[in-house]
Amino acid sequence: MPLIEMPDGPVWKRRTTKETLIRWFVWLIALAIIAYAWKGISDKTIWFFVQDAPRQAADIGSRMIPPKFSYMSRLWAPVWDTLNIATLGTVIALVIAVPVAFAAAHNTTPHPIVRSIAIFIIVSSRSVNSLIWALMLVFIFGPGVLAGTIAIGLRSVGFCAKLLYEGIEEIDLTQVEAIEATGATKAQQMVFGIVPQVLPTFAGIGVFRWDINIRESTILGLVGAGGIGLELSGSINTLAWTQVSMILLVILSTVIVSEWVSAKVRGAII
Amino acid sequence: MSVAEPDFPSSWKKPPFIKSPLLRWSIIIGSAIYLALAFGTMDVDWARAAEGLPRGKRFLTAFFPPNFSDNLGVMWDGIFESIWMAIISTVAGIALSIPIGLGAAKNLAPNWVYLTCRSIIGGSRTFPEIILAIFAVKLFGFGPFAGFVALSIGTIGFYAKLLAEDIENINPSQAEAIKATGSSWTQWINYAIQPQVMPRMIGLSVYRLDINFRESAVVGIVGGGGIGATLNTAFERYEFDTAAAILLIIIGIVMVLEYTSGYLRKWVQ
Repeated sequence: MPLIEMPDGPVWKRRTTKETLIRWFVWLIALAIIAYAWKGISDKTIWFFVQDAPRQAADIGSRMIPPKFSYMSRLWAPVWDTLNIATLGTVIALVIAVPVAFAAAHNTTPHPIVRSIAIFIIVSSRSVNSLIWALMLVFIFGPGVLAGTIAIGLRSVGFCAKLLYEGIEEIDLTQVEAIEATGATKAQQMVFGIVPQVLPTFAGIGVFRWDINIRESTILGLVGAGGIGLELSGSINTLAWTQVSMILLVILSTVIVSEWVSAKVRGAII
Repeated sequence: MSVAEPDFPSSWKKPPFIKSPLLRWSIIIGSAIYLALAFGTMDVDWARAAEGLPRGKRFLTAFFPPNFSDNLGVMWDGIFESIWMAIISTVAGIALSIPIGLGAAKNLAPNWVYLTCRSIIGGSRTFPEIILAIFAVKLFGFGPFAGFVALSIGTIGFYAKLLAEDIENINPSQAEAIKATGSSWTQWINYAIQPQVMPRMIGLSVYRLDINFRESAVVGIVGGGGIGATLNTAFERYEFDTAAAILLIIIGIVMVLEYTSGYLRKWVQ
């Protein structure tokens, strides 16, 4: 923060002239990129439809009210399916994530090559969205809950393994050393030295991911992978807007309840 | 010579993770019942699933080798559309987040502004981007504009919330010092609040750009434009080798973005 000498005394400025110039230049480049990106979008937009949007919104809004509460009787089964997809998917993910995490952590990995394979598994599972996993698995297993469950599982492996191996790398080594000093084998060190230290992290990750998976499993039905998303896309395609608003209400309450449960459980663990 | 029993216990058992036996057993039994119920009602067509293995094999062989060349033009179009969409929605989302985030910070805003802004944030956080995208497509028609709107709304929920939390955690003595110089409200925001939250916010905006690119790869499935639309078309036309190529490109870009955003965040902080 320089003082600049002016004829009538020093003046305080926040930045030097050079810094100001550099900042303006960076802003200029950023604006150019933004303008170019905007042009790319607007070239592919049919502006007539966009201008029409407020009228459409009013129209759809009026058709969505009131929600068709009687439809709820048909929604219990899809909600149950959604919960199962999320829960069983999380279980699958945790089962796969544990060995992957132990292979990926610096202090437990058997070999650097194994570590890089584990890291690759983590990265590729995280990069592909669960909807894309579901899209592929529906081709393999056919439409239904199974494809959704496996999609959620595969998608969550990367997330769980990443957080878990970071947890493993942060453990207190003196405890492991103490176990080693009793003459324990490698496996015993693992069971009595490392596992008790990461178990709370593990449980926390599981609940955290379960909460995310509830949200994700509500939409998997859009590609045919079961759950409440199937009803949602069916209702949207048949323009049954009162059913759509009912489904949105159900999704909203499921998400709120799952968030509350996961906050409670994590509060109890940590 | 006989060995006397020692006074201390000679065997040791690992203490259980959950101490209260009642809670432990009710969790174990509860999960067993749940699993039985879940598997019982899952309604899986196992015959169809068993076909999955040879199908999966055929599927995977159809993936290899990934075909980068046949639909190159369409693929580039989709990727650029996704990138433009990610950039614009991040910028627009952040521009909207700044006033909302300022309003949602308890130490800046009066109570009614605080509650309004918090409910805007809550509303945009509840629904996944995909559901927002479905409605945006209904309103704005097919194409990247719908995806842009959906991702921008998603960005508000993420960015404004973190901005508000960051502002609530600032060091109040600096803010007080600026106020003591007789600054106006805008000067106060600009010189006391903004420098304190800026480094983290820059990092988060790069992170959000990363998220928006990933999400732009899926909003296309419901008609929101971008690489997701190209991917969906490839699947629907059973051009699995093209789909494999697109997936590899998505993974590649996401990895590059993740490393850059991680690096940038470290550099800024």
